[in-house]
Amino acid sequence: MTDALASKLAAKAADLQAVLTRSAPVTDSSEGMSYLHNVPRRLVTLYLPLSIIMLVLLFPFYWMALTSIKPDAQLLDLDTFNPFWTWNPTFKHIYKLLFETEYPIWLWNTMLVAACATIISIIASVLAAYAIVRLRYKGAQWVGGAIFLAYLIPPSILFIPLSTVVYQYGLFDTPLALILTYPTILIPFSTWLLMGYFKTIPFELEECALIDGASRWQILTKIVLPLAVPGLISAFIFCFTLCWNEFIYALTFINSAQYKTVPVAIVTALVDGDVYRWGSLMAGAMIGSLPLVILYAFFVEHYVSAMTGAVKE
Amino acid sequence: MANIALASSPAKSAYAEVTAWQRLNTNKNWLAIWFMLPAAAFLILFLAYPLGLGVWLSFTDARIGRSGIFVGLENYEWLWDDSTFWLSVFNTLLYTGVASIIKFAVGLYLALLLNERLPFKAIIRALVLVPFIVPTVLSAIAFWWIFDPQFSIISWSLKKTGLITENINFLGDIWNARASVIFANIWRGVPFVAITLLAGLQTVSPSLYEAATIDGATNWQRFRYITYPLLTPIIAVVMTFSVLFTFTDFQLIWVMTRGGPVNATHLMATLSYQRAILGGQLGEGAAISTAMIPFLLAAILVSWFGLQRRKWQQGENND
Repeated sequence: MTDALASKLAAKAADLQAVLTRSAPVTDSSEGMSYLHNVPRRLVTLYLPLSIIMLVLLFPFYWMALTSIKPDAQLLDLDTFNPFWTWNPTFKHIYKLLFETEYPIWLWNTMLVAACATIISIIASVLAAYAIVRLRYKGAQWVGGAIFLAYLIPPSILFIPLSTVVYQYGLFDTPLALILTYPTILIPFSTWLLMGYFKTIPFELEECALIDGASRWQILTKIVLPLAVPGLISAFIFCFTLCWNEFIYALTFINSAQYKTVPVAIVTALVDGDVYRWGSLMAGAMIGSLPLVILYAFFVEHYVSAMTGAVKE
Repeated sequence: MANIALASSPAKSAYAEVTAWQRLNTNKNWLAIWFMLPAAAFLILFLAYPLGLGVWLSFTDARIGRSGIFVGLENYEWLWDDSTFWLSVFNTLLYTGVASIIKFAVGLYLALLLNERLPFKAIIRALVLVPFIVPTVLSAIAFWWIFDPQFSIISWSLKKTGLITENINFLGDIWNARASVIFANIWRGVPFVAITLLAGLQTVSPSLYEAATIDGATNWQRFRYITYPLLTPIIAVVMTFSVLFTFTDFQLIWVMTRGGPVNATHLMATLSYQRAILGGQLGEGAAISTAMIPFLLAAILVSWFGLQRRKWQQGENND
């Protein structure tokens, strides 16, 4: 009996497969009329320009990675050795970076500041976005517009007055200065992003919960947030990247080497007069970007949707 | 039966009794205050207040460690006669203009290429975005090394192919330095423009292109009369962002040239940092920052009204 069933199923599957393969070119609507283009034409108009652009976009990273493992002798002697490859890689620069400088501390600072600022911002943004989209209090629309405007205010016109503010509040030269100022960049962005996500959640769900006697807080934590998880991940990744990338606040508010973040520390502390500094500089730049690249590799789709979502709204 | 009904009536009166506290807790506006509080606190304390303070500082002679007194327009008068300031304005406009136009052109081109049918499309798209992920300062350092006066790999390659005989002084010569930083900015900005425009392109229905092809439209006509009009709203937003962030750029310049050679690459942001933080003249730096605001507003308004006009042409009168 089971054998018969199995063979029947197998036959069905084969049929289905046959149908699928036959209809595949038809169902692929994205192909459009592009079958009109032949291969040599595509080679010149598509693959060639695309590969040139990709080469230019990715070459600095290749060069960064290569420089960080080249021995000193090859680093500055471009004529004896082929500069585009090395046959005897060395980990000297990376070793020097990790064990002879304060690089691990800077990396830890960056991570700590980025994580704290991101978490604070996400919590504040979730509450604000929910209130703007769903509580629809008096003037909610205006607040939404104001938040978008806040997103357009760049850090480079704020850092001078902000440095005096940070000094007044007694936060100067502490990690707290960064943890508390970064949310001003992140909150407008993530509120805007989350407002878009919250709008897509059916209002009826909340009405049902309200009728069942749920409070607003319960609705937010038990209904809205679980449904908005993709949006939360997007906001988190994007905020984290923005924090990691931030430079001007960290440069202005932090003086002591022990509190510096990676971007600032590399520029101010790692650059010295040494001709051979390039190896460890490049190693520092590479290791400093690796955590973000790894995070990005896992969440490409979320990242892209954060980027395009914030623009589309 | 009647007894049961009577017995339940006291409970009913308890149900009707709603305290003022409960009423308050279901009031939308009261709840909203608490929901908005954290975000509002941050934005007011660290964004709105400093923004106002910045404008105020620009009217004072504040220095680091000394709160200034009101001096009226003195800082602005000083800047008006300062050739370095005007050079930085020129540099900023040049940097923003050239970089934005090229970013837009290359970004749109790349988006159109990525919108084609491609093998490994997802991987290619992910790789395109990597320059945008990596912190600007770290990629700027890589460019600093690529543009090294002695050991530049570009100079070396060009010398090997026989195109030049001497090393190019990328960051030491005035126009070379400008071109180099603009190139680095374009390199960093293209992925953002390309990927956001690609997201817009993907919403354009392929049947429009099919119809146009059947009607005998050329490639250019299809782009001009289908892609471009449908993409205009997203182009306006993307370019607003791009112009805004290019105009206020600080990181790339600071890492690669620090405004040199002879202030040829000083942007308004870097000049204000140099004057305010390194030079200690907070008032003057704040005046430079404040001078950026009208330019920013103009950029936002231009793209905003461009967008509105397009909507009006398409016969929409609301969002």
